[in-house]
Amino acid sequence: MAAEGSGHAHMDPAQAYDAAKLGIWTFLATEVLLFGGLFTAYIVFRLKFPEMFRIDHAHLNRLMGATNTVVLICSSLTVALGIAAIRKGKQGLLRLYLALTILLAAVFLGIKYVEWNEKFAHGLFPDTDVFFSLYFVMTGLHGLHVLGGMLVLGGVLALAWRGKFSERYYTPVEVSGLYWHFVDLVWIYLFPLFYLIG
Amino acid sequence: MTNAYAAGEAASRSALQIDAVFFFITAVSLFFFFLVEGLLIYFAIRYRRKKASEDAATSDVKSHLVLEIVWVIIPSLVVLVFFAYGYVVYRDVTTPAPGSSDINVVARQFSYEFKYPDGNTTVDELRLPAGKPVKLIMTSQDVLHGFFLPDFRLKQDVVPGQYTYLYLQPDKEGTYDIFCTQYCGVGHSTMRAKLVVMSPVDYAKWAQAAKTAGAVMSLPEKGRDLLSKSGCLGCHSIDGSVKIGPTFKGLYGRESHLEGDREVVADEDYIRESIYDPGAKIVRGFPNVMPTFKGRLSDDDIAAIIAYLKTLSGGKSEREEEKKEKGERKK
Amino acid sequence: MAETTADGAAIPLNGNGRSKGYLEEKGFWSWALTLDHKRIGVLYLLTTLLFFLVGGIFGLLIRIKLMYPGQEIFSHHVYNVIFTLHGSIMIFLFIIPAIPSGLGNFFIPLLIGARDVAFPRLNLASYWIFVAGILIMLASLLRPMDTGWTFYTPYSAKTAADVTLLSFGIFLIGMSSILTGLNFIVTIHKLRAPGMDWHRLPLFIWGMYSTSIIQVVATPVVGVTFLLLAMERLFGIGFFDPAKGGDPLLFQHFFWFYSHPVVYVMILPAMGIISEVVPVFSRKPIFGYKAIAYSSLAIAFIGFFVWGHHMFVSGMSKTASIIFSFLTFFVAVPTAVKVFNWIATLYKGSITFESPMLYALTFIFLFTFGGLTGMFLGALATNVHVHDTYFVVAHFHYTMMGGTVVGFLAGLHYWFPKMTGRMLNEKLARLGWLLTFIGFNVTFLTQFFLGYKGMPRRWAEYPAQFQDLNIVSTVGSWILGAGILIMVVNFIRGYYAGEPAPANPWKSLTLEWQAASPPSTENFEKIPVVTDWPYGYAKRKPEGNE
Repeated sequence: MAAEGSGHAHMDPAQAYDAAKLGIWTFLATEVLLFGGLFTAYIVFRLKFPEMFRIDHAHLNRLMGATNTVVLICSSLTVALGIAAIRKGKQGLLRLYLALTILLAAVFLGIKYVEWNEKFAHGLFPDTDVFFSLYFVMTGLHGLHVLGGMLVLGGVLALAWRGKFSERYYTPVEVSGLYWHFVDLVWIYLFPLFYLIG
Repeated sequence: MTNAYAAGEAASRSALQIDAVFFFITAVSLFFFFLVEGLLIYFAIRYRRKKASEDAATSDVKSHLVLEIVWVIIPSLVVLVFFAYGYVVYRDVTTPAPGSSDINVVARQFSYEFKYPDGNTTVDELRLPAGKPVKLIMTSQDVLHGFFLPDFRLKQDVVPGQYTYLYLQPDKEGTYDIFCTQYCGVGHSTMRAKLVVMSPVDYAKWAQAAKTAGAVMSLPEKGRDLLSKSGCLGCHSIDGSVKIGPTFKGLYGRESHLEGDREVVADEDYIRESIYDPGAKIVRGFPNVMPTFKGRLSDDDIAAIIAYLKTLSGGKSEREEEKKEKGERKK
Repeated sequence: MAETTADGAAIPLNGNGRSKGYLEEKGFWSWALTLDHKRIGVLYLLTTLLFFLVGGIFGLLIRIKLMYPGQEIFSHHVYNVIFTLHGSIMIFLFIIPAIPSGLGNFFIPLLIGARDVAFPRLNLASYWIFVAGILIMLASLLRPMDTGWTFYTPYSAKTAADVTLLSFGIFLIGMSSILTGLNFIVTIHKLRAPGMDWHRLPLFIWGMYSTSIIQVVATPVVGVTFLLLAMERLFGIGFFDPAKGGDPLLFQHFFWFYSHPVVYVMILPAMGIISEVVPVFSRKPIFGYKAIAYSSLAIAFIGFFVWGHHMFVSGMSKTASIIFSFLTFFVAVPTAVKVFNWIATLYKGSITFESPMLYALTFIFLFTFGGLTGMFLGALATNVHVHDTYFVVAHFHYTMMGGTVVGFLAGLHYWFPKMTGRMLNEKLARLGWLLTFIGFNVTFLTQFFLGYKGMPRRWAEYPAQFQDLNIVSTVGSWILGAGILIMVVNFIRGYYAGEPAPANPWKSLTLEWQAASPPSTENFEKIPVVTDWPYGYAKRKPEGNE
């Protein structure tokens, strides 16, 4: 019979799975271009104002940045463990790992909130100079993607709660997992470019 | 304004060179145009279905390697030539000539200011001696503008925060148009200037006269000079015609209707406020686009301007002004 | 009648027990929440056609003002708003979405033998995101945009117009474009009917595939550009503001990185339509199938590296200008190859001139001319003279209107019977075509001369020497408007009162004609198994269905 989930009555399960995988990779390609534009701006301004970048980046909180990096890497791990679990049909474990991933994402956003407030308290705003414009815009856009990812994973968790997934069908888990890895990867570039390089 | 194909008398060598590229590309393109479109039309007619029969014999040809290779190679070569010729002339017209004198150009909404090496300044009129190469060093005070000399076939955008350059050598005496070609707001279409090319002797005379004229001026004359040099006349006329802003003619002492249903009489305070804080009172029917001159015009400058504006509201002095304005406009 | 298709899809039946035509179900929600790619295509077509007419009215207003050299008719500020709206509406709300999201949505599944696109719900979401973007754009009209459709900074960051809201609207419209492109890429890869190899794909599909790749790669960059423009206005960031260390040219690079490839989004689907129509009405196989297919990919690829040709006089470095000029000329070669292949298709064919073919031949004629005028713009020396003049305006109207719009109209006339189940009136179609053709050329040919003589773009008033040609151009716009009007009347009349159409009135070999006119909701009762190339006209005669 046709695959579960309405709107796919015209594809068999194998086709639907293939389509979903190609779809998410194509979507991630668009995201690369989206962030790519901003990374290009970063390169342009870094070459133009090397001193500004050197001085300003010292104002960033490396401890919080590094913690957030660890948090996100762990969250990628938990989502991968969740996929591994449902591949073996372990629904309970899947729900646990999804919940952990969402929790870690929330921690990331929490730390980001504290970090940004710290900047504002020191009089550092998006219009302070080009370095901080880039910092706030890029980490801000990334943060929006984290938030979006939380919502998507929340939706997947809700479906998992209702027992929608099994070792035969877990496409939404895998697709949102891939998105989540991408969000992690963007941060892994942002962190050294802003916090580490002098 | 000269026309490229008329009389063969170009304003400059750049015009001749660029027209030559134009002509070449036109000739080659026309050849291919007639060839390709000709075949299109010819085949459409020649192979039209004459009877309603479905069994009209059609050929099964789906490809032809030699033909396809030829029609890749030939267009590639043709466009390479277009590129090369275009590049060579471009390189020529963007290379500074030795011995160029520098002229600084400042564009702002909506006028051009020209500063000459000898310290002279003109607004909306660039005067050059024929036969001498010149380098225009251009920047904008606000938004993007374009500096276009159609008769010379030359153009360069003027960018805030950086300098751009245009090299020209006017060869023929005459008056030429300067147009703004980069959209810059409500005054874009009227942001125009003139290039006046004079014989070297006349140019020297003019340059000398301009310098001495600046030295001794009465207060209203100084006001008139300031209005011209600060770019005010780009938006305000002195002959009663409506431009971007209200006309200066008759302004002093006039009752104006403002946005928000207020009335105000244009006295000294009003004029001063309009120059330093233009957005405070907007005359109904005009856009709120006037920039502030705080920091650019001193109180003394404003006094001179007010003195001049008063002459535009009198009887006799009005007619005197009209004569001067008409004499200045060259068409 | 069976209640499921052979592969298990449910078949909606109408009251007569027959498979429902896709148009039969009535009611607002059946349209607003439809998952049927054909209905979504129709929604896009109606929306984009509406904005074509609105944008056209703004175009007519521009021409009326430009009959007079001074300050007549309406103020400069109003003029600036009108030309900005004309450009923005025509580009974002008509030309980019019309063929891909309109005809593409309707016909891609039919052409590849599928029942729908890969992600029908995403398809519906794309449409409503498009509508949301439009509504936000309309909301910005309270402080209408006066920047030109190119939104160059610093002016766009400083103007009182509501560029912030507008930027968000365009961002959403771009997102709709991206999701549609994504949907089509997956559909073409994964949902082809058995036997439909890549080299049996109709050329419209190759065109749409290349288009979708561009949409997916280029659009995010313009998305980020408008986001940054909004941030500049909202939060004072200064990437494009020299006073804050930014660079106005950076905006131009970002903007054109998308906006040049987007002209290929506009033209490749239209070229795909021409590749469909010409063989059918010549009764001959398309000449050079592989060359046409791969040239679409080549144009998409090369098109990403030429954006700087919009910026030769912007203050960009000479070296960059030289490189961009060199690369720009190479995109002409695959384009020329297509033109030669279409003309070669006519050779020894048996040609008839029904309205789809009339428009298709017109496309080849006008687009070739428009493309040749591009030579003057790609060459550095001549570009310096005609950049930002009416020469450019004429060039892009020849390629975008003489090209894309004419190709779109060819597609509409070709596929009208399939979409509506009715035939258009050929006499009315020809009259509309003739007036459009004459009016178009009178309007825009004159503008090449205006531009060469030096009349800049975006001018509300001009010196008297330009008036004569401007008057001619305006009269041309009235003839053009009349032609379009007649064509629209023909569409409306055709829908309500046209002759009932057979399944395959043009005796075409592509798969969509095997479905009914109009198709049923599930497209095909049985997914076809493809054994042949769809352009084998000389070898076999297709059955003309009754």
